[in-house]
Amino acid sequence: MSASRYALVDGNNFYASCERVFRPSLEQQPLIVLSNNDGCAIARSNEAKELGIKMGAPWHTIKHLEREAGLVALSANFTLYGDISDRMMSLVSGFGHRQEIYSIDESFVDLTGIRGDLVARGQKLRQRVLQWLGIPICIGIGPTKTLAKLANHVAKDAERKRGSYPAEHAQVCDLTAVPAPALDALLMVTPAREVWGVGPRISDQLHNLGVFTVKDLRDMNPATVRSRWSVTLERTVRELQGVDCIDFDDAPAAKQEIACTRSFGGSVLEMEELAEAISAFAARVAEKLRLQGSHAGELLTFIRTSPFRQGAQYSRSAIMPMIPSTADTALLTKAALVSLRTIYRTGFKYAKAGVMALSLSPADQGQGELPFGVTPAGAKSELRAGLMATMDRVNDRYGRGSLHIARNESAAPTRQWSMKQERRTPHYTTDWQSIPLARA
Amino acid sequence: MRIALPDLSKPVPAGHLPALLGAVDFAIPAGFPSPAEDMTIKRCDLVELLGAHPQATFYMRVSGQSMVDAGIQDQDIIVIDRAIEPRHGHIVVAVVDNEFTCKRLHKRNGRVRLESANQTFPDIRPRDGQMLEIWGVVTASLTLFKP
Repeated sequence: MSASRYALVDGNNFYASCERVFRPSLEQQPLIVLSNNDGCAIARSNEAKELGIKMGAPWHTIKHLEREAGLVALSANFTLYGDISDRMMSLVSGFGHRQEIYSIDESFVDLTGIRGDLVARGQKLRQRVLQWLGIPICIGIGPTKTLAKLANHVAKDAERKRGSYPAEHAQVCDLTAVPAPALDALLMVTPAREVWGVGPRISDQLHNLGVFTVKDLRDMNPATVRSRWSVTLERTVRELQGVDCIDFDDAPAAKQEIACTRSFGGSVLEMEELAEAISAFAARVAEKLRLQGSHAGELLTFIRTSPFRQGAQYSRSAIMPMIPSTADTALLTKAALVSLRTIYRTGFKYAKAGVMALSLSPADQGQGELPFGVTPAGAKSELRAGLMATMDRVNDRYGRGSLHIARNESAAPTRQWSMKQERRTPHYTTDWQSIPLARA
Repeated sequence: MRIALPDLSKPVPAGHLPALLGAVDFAIPAGFPSPAEDMTIKRCDLVELLGAHPQATFYMRVSGQSMVDAGIQDQDIIVIDRAIEPRHGHIVVAVVDNEFTCKRLHKRNGRVRLESANQTFPDIRPRDGQMLEIWGVVTASLTLFKP
């Protein structure tokens, strides 16, 4: 059996890059994308990063840069990003045997057993995605997912920040091809907090023990790590040591999205079966949201056939805005099922489906859309919150899925609240009325 | 202009009339798979015809008359395939002064220009040192007739 190899492929400044594809005038300009209701920066072009704009910076604190530095701020166009993501994921899936979508712009690809120069292969994929979609990507390759993610960080910084890492690692970085002393040198200049799953709290605790760099963390004794912290951090340390031990479903949650996706053992043909799976995923996503105290502003649902099987291929995703943002199982399940109905086509053998919560915000910072305290289903939100908490307790005690929302097509129709999105670009690729104009 | 396309975002009601089935009069040998079993019939699909590379296929609406002699009318919908390497003679969408422009690409003897397909329109020549950015290659143009 050959040693495991994974790639983490992601889009650079993904939302900003999507906007630039259809607005050439935004090239070279400092550009940010704002969260729902134009609250804060959720994506930044390199030029915007150079202006010192931080991720999550509230719009009103940086608005002055519009006049002073030519900053362009756009409202999030998740419909566009979802479609470009769908196209990108489909291209990236051809890079290895198995793909696990991790967030709207990131996926892991299993490269185990693939021979040849992986960096050259990666550059080719990068070139293809850039030409076909106009999206720049970075690729990190490692023997474990944690190291692949770290390699991706190296690939990004080597490209963007001159002098941070050797230039040969820019865009595509394969840690499995780096000799041990050079690898140590890379890990020594990378702070431990850059490691997947090491949050600020753990990073502070590590600091107190004199563990500053990724190399320090890698060289810790896993048993000590387990007794002092947790099995999760122990696993991270083992992964840094090159032992492949993170299954996709155990992966630490991404900061900006929460996802639940799965490949089906056989192939699924029927809507009914997919609906069953999608409801379960939506419920799981809702649970994860509540666990970390977040609300979702958008819900992405996708279904796809397997590119590795014979037969007609199909891959689609749909994004449903959740207004107001929510962690309510019933609302998220309903949104996912409506999306599924929109994208489902008969006659395909579906191999994978998933639900992803996007545009997350802390649950205690309700954006206060009108009407206050009323969910679209008409129930009082405190009551709903209580119901959800009870559901979580029941499921905790009796096992996941013991108590779930019945799929009910006759639920009250969702009311459409309009969201403040003054600066949104058109839905260039999903609405015939909004396709770009070409002069002739 | 409004294009009448079926709204697929909502369920379409099935017909109310019962389906009529012709009587079948042949035996299927037991244990032998039906030859039709694994043959899902797929209708001709325009999208399939137009989009050789579905991930790289985009649509734009044409505004202007400069390409009429190439069969591209004002308000047509053009299909763009970014997977195709632009070559001499291709009709392309280029980025000119930050705007999308549909022209024919002329690329000969180290000279590049964008040609109109209408005598009353000038060609576009890149100014000195100006890079010509080709956004994608146009593979089809759809003229929708107003009924």
